[in-house]
Amino acid sequence: MLDILKYPDERLKQASQPVTVFDDALRTFVADLEETMRAGPGGVGIAAPQVGRFERIVIVDISALRKLPKGSSHSGRLLLINPEITEWEGMVMGREGCMSVPDYTGNVIRAEKIRFTACDESGTQREYECTGFEARAVQHEVDHLDGLLFLDRLVSRRSDLFRRKVY
Amino acid sequence: MNEHWYMLTLVGRDRPGIVARVTHALFEGGCHLGETSMMRLGGNFTIMMMVRFAGTTHALEQLVAGEAESLGLRLHVDRVEGGLHRHLEPDVRITVYGADRAGIVAQVTGALAEAGLDILDLISDVGGTEEAPIYILHIEGRALEGIPALESALEIVKGKGVEARLTPVDIMVG
Repeated sequence: MLDILKYPDERLKQASQPVTVFDDALRTFVADLEETMRAGPGGVGIAAPQVGRFERIVIVDISALRKLPKGSSHSGRLLLINPEITEWEGMVMGREGCMSVPDYTGNVIRAEKIRFTACDESGTQREYECTGFEARAVQHEVDHLDGLLFLDRLVSRRSDLFRRKVY
Repeated sequence: MNEHWYMLTLVGRDRPGIVARVTHALFEGGCHLGETSMMRLGGNFTIMMMVRFAGTTHALEQLVAGEAESLGLRLHVDRVEGGLHRHLEPDVRITVYGADRAGIVAQVTGALAEAGLDILDLISDVGGTEEAPIYILHIEGRALEGIPALESALEIVKGKGVEARLTPVDIMVG
């Protein structure tokens, strides 16, 4: 179990570096990171900087949900090293929380569907596509790699649409 | 002296700068703010603020009384139990709308309460034209007896001239 950095720890606001060495030390760290994610209440994703390792490593697994949210893909355990989102489609608002921001959830607009590339543990690059809740989780975790928290993307808690003033 | 939480409420005609002036007076008086909610309702300024203060209700009232009076706001202060970090998370969002008439909120929330809804957040508004106003109600809450019970309750409400939509809130924690 690794300790989770919690905002206002400034380290959460720094960008992480790409992984260049795919060795046993990396695989050991990934196992620890995954254990930490699964120990968190309701945690469906984690990024390496959340445990103070500033490398571009993310794990997402929404299997622990009681029920798959409507419109969400489900890809099992996703280990994403050096992920790059290449395509964004649609916009949807949803509620997010974060292990690094306890006792607060807020509304965030994310792409409904994304395509992205990432390396696996051996360094082989693969392509992925996710939708809905799972796509939200990937976008939330990739943001951590760039020093962004969901707090940076909050929209009003009170409205899920932008009201037009003039018709 | 021990600090306590107070709920401070201000209501009156809206104008720019109220929040800045009131919170400045509170800060100068040694208060800490907790959760707050300000809304403009029908052109009125309304705010509720959790204020932590080491003094009596009367002393807190005195801190704000001058600003409140000069801004034409009614002030109310209650000492309250409770504190921070007591959030409950919603698992359902309900939107109801229809031609405005008396009783929509009472009927909808009555049916939902019977079906186990604990309301955490409610906001309603009137849009449309003066001749044909429409009522719009947003609720977030916890489905204590499950979402299907709430869906059944909404089906009954829908027969009474309003549209209703229930969306599960899936909180992504990453």
